[in-house]
Amino acid sequence: MTDTPEPPPLPPPGELILSLRGISKNFGAVSALTDIDLDVHAGEVVALVGDNGAGKSTLVKVLAGVHQPTSGTITFRGQPVTLPSPGAALDLGIATVFQDLALCENLDVVANIFLGRELDAYHLDEVAMEVKAWTLLGELAARIPSVREPIASLSGGQRQTVAIARSLLLEPRIIMLDEPTAALGVAQTAEVLNLIERLRARGLGVIMISHNMEDVRAVADRIVVLRLGRNNGVFTPDASNADLVGAITGATDNAVTRRAERLRAEGQDA
Amino acid sequence: MTDQRPPTPLDRADVRVREDAGLGGTVRAFFDRVRSGDLGSLPVVIGLIVIWTVFTSLNPVFVTPNNLVNLLFDCSTTGIIALGVVCVLTLGEIDLSVGSMSGLASAILGVLWVNQGFPVPVAVLAVLAVGAVTGSVYAMLLNRLGMPSFVSTLAGLLALLGLQLYLLGSSGSINLPYGSWVVAFGQLLIMPRWLSYSLSVLPGIAILWFGIGAAARRRAANLSAPSTARLVTKAAVITLIIVLAVHYLNLGRGVPWMFGLFVALVVAMDYALTRTKWGRSMFAVGGNREAARRAGINVRRIYMSAFMLCSMFAALGGTLAAARLASSSQQAGTGDVNLNAIAAAVIGGTSLFGGRGSAYSALLGIIVIQSIANGLTLLNLSSSLRYMITGAVLAIAVIVDSLARQSRAAHGRA
Ligand SMILES: Nc1ncnc2c1ncn2[C@@H]1O[C@H](COP(=O)(O)OP(=O)(O)OP(=O)(O)O)[C@@H](O)[C@H]1O
Ligand SMILES: [Mg+2]
Repeated sequence: MTDTPEPPPLPPPGELILSLRGISKNFGAVSALTDIDLDVHAGEVVALVGDNGAGKSTLVKVLAGVHQPTSGTITFRGQPVTLPSPGAALDLGIATVFQDLALCENLDVVANIFLGRELDAYHLDEVAMEVKAWTLLGELAARIPSVREPIASLSGGQRQTVAIARSLLLEPRIIMLDEPTAALGVAQTAEVLNLIERLRARGLGVIMISHNMEDVRAVADRIVVLRLGRNNGVFTPDASNADLVGAITGATDNAVTRRAERLRAEGQDA
Repeated sequence: MTDQRPPTPLDRADVRVREDAGLGGTVRAFFDRVRSGDLGSLPVVIGLIVIWTVFTSLNPVFVTPNNLVNLLFDCSTTGIIALGVVCVLTLGEIDLSVGSMSGLASAILGVLWVNQGFPVPVAVLAVLAVGAVTGSVYAMLLNRLGMPSFVSTLAGLLALLGLQLYLLGSSGSINLPYGSWVVAFGQLLIMPRWLSYSLSVLPGIAILWFGIGAAARRRAANLSAPSTARLVTKAAVITLIIVLAVHYLNLGRGVPWMFGLFVALVVAMDYALTRTKWGRSMFAVGGNREAARRAGINVRRIYMSAFMLCSMFAALGGTLAAARLASSSQQAGTGDVNLNAIAAAVIGGTSLFGGRGSAYSALLGIIVIQSIANGLTLLNLSSSLRYMITGAVLAIAVIVDSLARQSRAAHGRA
C-alpha cells in the first residue's frame, strides 16, 4: 500500500445508474458533441467542466430528453433507453435544472415548482402544493418573500432556487444541475453545495456543471472535462489546477511546457 | 417543530412581506396591483360605466329592462364564441375563422334538421363534431407542420365560408320552424322569477362556503388565510350586485335561459382554466412554451384541446345564433361576428400575447361590445359608423393591453 505514490482512484460508490457511449449531437453543420462517454453511479457527484460552448448544456439537454442525440447509446440502470421527450426523462427519474432555468414567468412559484406534476389533476390541491413548496424552499434556505407572486417578480438567484426546488420535487435518481450556483449568494451557494452532498448521501447520482473550480473540488467525486464537444480527460478533485486548466483550455501538454519553462529559468540562472 | 405551531404563518415569515389585513389592506393591495399594470377587469368595468352613461343620456330607452334583456340574448351567442377565443388567446395563438365556423354551424343545423329531418340533438351533435374536426386540423397543422394559426385559420375562414355557401345552395337560406323549442330558446325562453332569484344568490353562497373551507384548510396548514369578515363582505357585495341586476331584468321580461347557459359555460371554463391541471398547462404553454415542454407537459395535446374547444364553442355559438334569427342564411357568421368575438375576449382582459386571461373576460367583453352595437342601433346610426366605433374600441383595448404589459414588465409581474 505504502509503495503506491498516487492514491487509487475512488472506487465506484454504487450501482452504475447512467452510462453514455458514443453520444454525438449535430446542429446542422455544427457538431456540438462528438463521441461522448460518461458514467454516473449512485451516490456519486460528477462534475462536468469545460469552456464556454464546450457542449456541457447540450449534453445535459440530451439527457433531459430536450434534444435527441444524432448517434450513440444511453443506458439507464442496465437498460438501453431512448429519451424522446422531457416527460420520458422525468418519468425515468432524471431531473434537470437548466442553465436558462425554464420557468414560466407568468405563473407563481408554487405553479412553477409543480408544473406538469400538479396534485389532484381535476381539483388542484393548492394548500398541499403551497406547503410542499415552502418545505422545498426551506431546504434550500431560500429567501423568497411570497410563493404567490409571479416568477417575473423574483431576482435571478431566487429564480435559480425555484428551479432547483422544482427538480427535487420528483424524488429523482439522477439530478443534473447546469450552473446551479451561477447567480446565488454566499449562503445560498453553500446551501446548494450542502444539498448536493445530501443528495449523494441519499444515493442519488448528481451531474453538476460549474465554472467555479472551488465549488467543483468541494463536492465532486470525479471531474469530467469536455473540450470542443469531446471528452478531454477525467480527473479526481485533487488533480492539480494546472492539469485541469490545461484540459479545459487545451493548452498543449502542460507538463512539457512547465519543464520547458523551468529549463529556461535554470538557463537564465546559470 | 411543525406540530408546535410557530406564531407566524409560513408565507408571512419573511419580514419584507406586508400583511394586507382587513378591508384597508384589501383596498391597498388592489391599488398596488393596478399601479403595477395588473389591471384585471378594471378597464372594462370603467369602460362599461362610461358606455352605459353615454348611451343612456343619448337615448333613455337604452337602460330600459326589456332592452337589456334583448342585449343579453344577443350577448349569449357571440359570447360563447368569445369563450372559445379565450382558449386560443391564452396560448398566444388566434383563430380567425370563428365567424365562418359559426356560420357553417348554422348551415349544417338547417340542412340536417329542416331539410333532412334529423332530430335536433343529432343535428347539434353533428355540428359540434364538425367543430371538433376543424379545430383538430388547425392544431395538427401547427403541431406537425409548424403552420402559424394566424395563417391556417385565415385559410379556414375562407374554406368554411365556402362550405357554408355550398350547403345552403341556391336557395341561400333555410327558415327554422317558429314553433320549435330551438327557436323559442333563442328568442323567448325566460327563467322563472323564483329560479333567477335563487340562482342569483348562488355565487355569494359559493364564495362563503368554499372560501371559509379553504381558509380553514390554509390555517390548519399554517398558511395565511383571508379573514371571515373579508369573505362575508365580498360575498355580500357580489350578491347585492347580482340580485339588483336580476331584479331589474325581472321588471322586464326576465333573465333569458340562453344567457343562463352562457354564464354556466363561463363558470365551467373558469373552473377548468384555474382549478385543473389542464388549465395550469394552458397558461404554462402560453407563458413559455419551451419551459412547459421541459416540465413534461404534452404541448401538442394542449394545442389540440384549445383549438378543438375554440371551434366547438364557435359551432355552438353559431347554432344558437341560428336559433336567435330563426334561420340559417348565407349571412350567418359573416360581417362583424368574427371580430366581435375576438374583440370581446381582448376587451375583457385576455392578453393577445398569451399566458394571461380568464373565462370571465368573454362575459365582460361581449357585454361591452353588444352595448355599443345596441346603443348605436338605438341611435339609428348607420352600420358604417358602428364598424368604425367598434374598431376604435378594439384598438383602445389592445393599447390598454400593450401598455399594461409594459408596466407589468417594469414591475416584475410578467
Ligand atoms: N439549439 C442549438 N442550435 C444550434 N447550435 C447549438 C444549439 N445549442 C447549442 N449549440 C451549439 O453547441 C455548442 C455547445 O453549446 P452548449 O450550450 O452546450 O455549451 P456549454 O458548454 O453549455 O457552454 P456555457 O459554458 O457557455 O454554458 C455551441 O457551439 C453552440 O453554439
Ligand atoms: Mg451551458
